Amino acid sequence: MNEQLKPLLEIKGLVTRFHTLDGVVKAVDGIDFEVYEGETLGLVGESGCGKSVTALSILQLLRCPPAEIMGRILFEGKNLLELDREGIRKIRGNDISMIFQEPMTSLNPVLKIGEQIAEAARTHKNMTRQEAWRWAVEMLRMVQIPGPNSRARQYPHSFSGGMRQRTMIGMSLSCNPRLILADEPTTALDVTIQAQIMSLLHRLKDEFNTAIVLITHDLGVIAEMASRVVVMYAGIVVEEAPVKEIFKDPRHPYTQGLLGSIPVIGRKRQTGRRLQEIPGIVPSPMETPSGCRFHPRCSKVMNRCCRQEPPMIRLNEHRRVSCWLEAHSTVKKSQAGGR
Amino acid sequence: MALLEVNNLKKYFPIKKGVFSRTLGQVRAVDGISFTLKRGETLGLVGESGCGKTTVGRSILRLIEPTAGQITFNNQNLLDLEREELRKVRASLQIIFQDPFSSLDPRMNVGQIIAEPIRNHLKISRKEIRERVAYLMERVGLHPEHISRYPHEFSGGQRQRIGIARALALNPLAIICDEPVSALDVSIQAQVINLLARLQEQMNLSYLFIAHDLSVVEHISDRVAVMYLGRIAELASDQELYQNPLHPYSRALLSAVPIPDPEIRRKKIVLQGDVPSPMDPPSGCSFHTRCPECKEICSQEEPILKDAGDGHWVSCHLW
Repeated sequence: MNEQLKPLLEIKGLVTRFHTLDGVVKAVDGIDFEVYEGETLGLVGESGCGKSVTALSILQLLRCPPAEIMGRILFEGKNLLELDREGIRKIRGNDISMIFQEPMTSLNPVLKIGEQIAEAARTHKNMTRQEAWRWAVEMLRMVQIPGPNSRARQYPHSFSGGMRQRTMIGMSLSCNPRLILADEPTTALDVTIQAQIMSLLHRLKDEFNTAIVLITHDLGVIAEMASRVVVMYAGIVVEEAPVKEIFKDPRHPYTQGLLGSIPVIGRKRQTGRRLQEIPGIVPSPMETPSGCRFHPRCSKVMNRCCRQEPPMIRLNEHRRVSCWLEAHSTVKKSQAGGR
Repeated sequence: MALLEVNNLKKYFPIKKGVFSRTLGQVRAVDGISFTLKRGETLGLVGESGCGKTTVGRSILRLIEPTAGQITFNNQNLLDLEREELRKVRASLQIIFQDPFSSLDPRMNVGQIIAEPIRNHLKISRKEIRERVAYLMERVGLHPEHISRYPHEFSGGQRQRIGIARALALNPLAIICDEPVSALDVSIQAQVINLLARLQEQMNLSYLFIAHDLSVVEHISDRVAVMYLGRIAELASDQELYQNPLHPYSRALLSAVPIPDPEIRRKKIVLQGDVPSPMDPPSGCSFHTRCPECKEICSQEEPILKDAGDGHWVSCHLW
């Protein structure tokens, strides 16, 4: 269904580098993906794979220098990287907003909750103080904060972690954005609170048809929330697929390893107490391995993988994977077809 | 005979305020919990943040002094022991901490970190110590040639391995694992879980496995205790608890765990509100303020932990 739609956000050849005293760190090293209207795209990977930097690059929330962002980020056809400061400021919080992992550090401790939400409404919607305050209270009610009138007058320290994250969500929704970048929105929360936040995000998405880029390392959250998944490893995209297919038939050895390494309730009886391991650790972005970046940890490594970087191979309209194994099998298939 | 028996353990933290530090109240972090741990067994202790699970682990080792209760380890009551005797017991009852970044002394190299307990407890020559350290490093999957490196030169997973090697240095009987994998990435988490499972089989270790991740706990544990506000809500074998949870809190907790399979759609029990403050716990059953099946008696009378059959213990008026 996606192909008839025009993508809301298109990322093309995005490279984000940091110039540090120790050398250049390529945090994101040439990635492409699209986000369509109203969908939830899961961006998966372990720490250091570049998923958060991708989100920060989209909104240009990185200090440049030391950061350097290259490539194209098209939002409704407009390249965000070509906008001036004022231009990107109009997009931030208004068309695209962000939810951060740490609800403790992303709220201003010396401003009342209501003032913080009202700020976005006043900046982008030209509301008066009073209108914006009423709007803020309405937002708190929408994210199900009990007693929003009195709660709006409190400071962040009197809110629990779950309430702070609700506030963040309320704040990010306050200008009806088309796209929300949610960076590990439930990682810092307990499971019962995580369930509250996830059901809230679901409901709001249905109500406002907002697209969400959900960045997480938790494959359980991905399975419940996302419709499509992009898997990142060491700064590049290694696989993209609809959510059901990625869980049923992961193609990249890294995706397979990730799925095998998580304990699943009730599976112990079939698979025993050993989890599948991915040996080694994520390489440092200062010293990317030659050839395929995953080859030092890959269980199916071939000679070619150490020397040549694999191309991105399109398996069908919805799926692509960057692995030599697939290149071989597609070549074989086409040869077999030719014979 | 159980290796470790905890009986009615309590730990109250005083709340002090003002110039004279008057005690204004108490945080009931652990409020009367009891369980046993057998040889070679893993008991999982799960609960949300603030439920007191870490306090339980630390009270058992007397890293913090419990307010009341009995802790019997290897036929000794730990709460009666003097400093020196306690030190000796700790050789066979060890702990692994959550944060591999702050639980290792940054000024000591790996060799010194792992050798420290050996040096403190055994009178053996330097050469023997070095051999033992090299053996331990190999055992936990570290390269013995890295013996003179410092903690900052290792990744999070490797640091956790150093912590495990230190805990194993004196051939303990039991290890308290306090969130040992929650700071690690999933692929590294699997490496450490497998290591712990392998060591348990080889050395017949007992683990008290404290964690908030219900999938990890189910995977590694033989029995699981669910804690809520300083008390045990339910305790049963892993299979019993996960397939047939009786306490409404366990049910809600389990239904909230996201399952990594998009084909499965479950009805979630979404609990309203947050965990109440342990400074001022609700009357009666401490869960009654959030319980979807709350009855009149729940707000008045505190339920006791009772056997609902086959070693499935639950603390709820419904049962």
